[in-house]
Amino acid sequence: MELVAQFLGSAGARMVVGLIGVIALVSVNALFLIWMERKVAAHMQLRPGPMEVGPHGAIQTVADAIKLMGKELITPEKVDKPVFWLAPIVIFLPVLLSFLVIPFSQTMIIQDMNVGIVLILAFATLSVLAILMAGWASNNKYAVFGAIRSVAQNVAYEIPLLVTVMSIIIMVGSFKLSDIVAAQDRYWFVLVQPVAFILYLICATAETNRAPFDLPEAESELVAGFHTEYTGMRFALFFLAEYTNMFIAAAVATVLFLGGWHGPFFPGVIWFLLKVYAVIFLLMWFRWTFPRVRFDQLITFAWKILIPLAFVNLLITAFVLKLR
Amino acid sequence: MNAVSAWLTPQTAATAAFVMVIGLTILGALIAVGARNIFHNVLGLCVSLFGVSGIFLFLNSPFVALMEILIYVGAICIAICFAIMLSEPLYLPPPPRNKAKVLGAAIGSAGIFVFLGLLLKKTQWTAAPERSTDWSVTTIGHYLLTDYALIFELVSLLLLVAMIGAIVIARGGRGNP
Repeated sequence: MELVAQFLGSAGARMVVGLIGVIALVSVNALFLIWMERKVAAHMQLRPGPMEVGPHGAIQTVADAIKLMGKELITPEKVDKPVFWLAPIVIFLPVLLSFLVIPFSQTMIIQDMNVGIVLILAFATLSVLAILMAGWASNNKYAVFGAIRSVAQNVAYEIPLLVTVMSIIIMVGSFKLSDIVAAQDRYWFVLVQPVAFILYLICATAETNRAPFDLPEAESELVAGFHTEYTGMRFALFFLAEYTNMFIAAAVATVLFLGGWHGPFFPGVIWFLLKVYAVIFLLMWFRWTFPRVRFDQLITFAWKILIPLAFVNLLITAFVLKLR
Repeated sequence: MNAVSAWLTPQTAATAAFVMVIGLTILGALIAVGARNIFHNVLGLCVSLFGVSGIFLFLNSPFVALMEILIYVGAICIAICFAIMLSEPLYLPPPPRNKAKVLGAAIGSAGIFVFLGLLLKKTQWTAAPERSTDWSVTTIGHYLLTDYALIFELVSLLLLVAMIGAIVIARGGRGNP
């Protein structure tokens, strides 16, 4: 008994409990988001969407997941086998790691590192590498095209993303996510940094490869882009990573701009999740409203509009901070 | 239970972690040099750089460790992949290794190894408990703009050279190769 108490009090126990919680959250979140996406899409197109399995199709995704698990894992003959096997793992690991520092409420945070935001941004870049591995190892022209597009897009949109996040960080003077949230107890940063918020949303949409920036997997031209050759659970891992990435992008938006856990009446975690899903709804709304951009438009937009705008925003922020 | 706790001291855990990151670094470096598929070389480089960031983490400097991942794995390796995509197709059999080039590379890297080894031997290291343990972002920022300002400026010079190089390469435009 003493041992158990000792174990629960230690940092290691926090890790274990947190990891189990995160894995549960990741699966439930993906199941919910896929259902939500289908419902949002359907209602925007004036149709009901999935209705058969469960009330309003609520457990349709569970049925789909079971089907996916039963499918054969096909490894095409001419793929680069070790890399082909590794890619789904590499895309999923950094996504899990990012949950380490996300503050769901004042106390619900696994490890409140003082470099929290850097950790999320650092591991977010790894998903590009995984997409590249998947596309390249598949030995398929559509997959390679998807991978090339993904790299160009992510390299371009990472710069304005980092610069935008920087303008919030210099306001707070800390990389710690809980500090950033705590600094917003009087007003949300979206009120003083509206341009940064819009820039962040655009870049996050591009970084998570969502429409209108979904060129890496553009279904109508590239079959399925970088994951064309993947089947069964391997394909499911890519899908899971994509939806979890959406959650992380929305969680970072919540932390940086929407006041994190702050809110009246309810406990912090409820406010946090509410804000996260509101941002995700916004991302879904984008997907079903804007047509996919052309590739040259995408790159030009990043280099000629977003990056200068992000730098100007950073300069103005620094200037205002200096004047105060 | 006692046997386990006697064996699993913080020291052994630290040593195990150290051996792990060093192993990762060396393994990645070997893949980066030895593999014949150029894409595997880059992935080996990534593994090696992960090991290096592990060393920084081991030295209690998470900021530098994460920067290592952000910049070296996230940006440089991906830029290298970009370069590979512009190079020759991978489905062709790789040309045999050029003996002279391999020898030259071996001599060059051995020279650097000896130089760094001598440097390591010559440096007066302070033991971990005696030196400052404050490796926060603020401290690093202060160091970069005071004691190590020269290095900071040299880095910006390097970036300037890279930018000029990019402009020179891109100046011809697309129409006239």
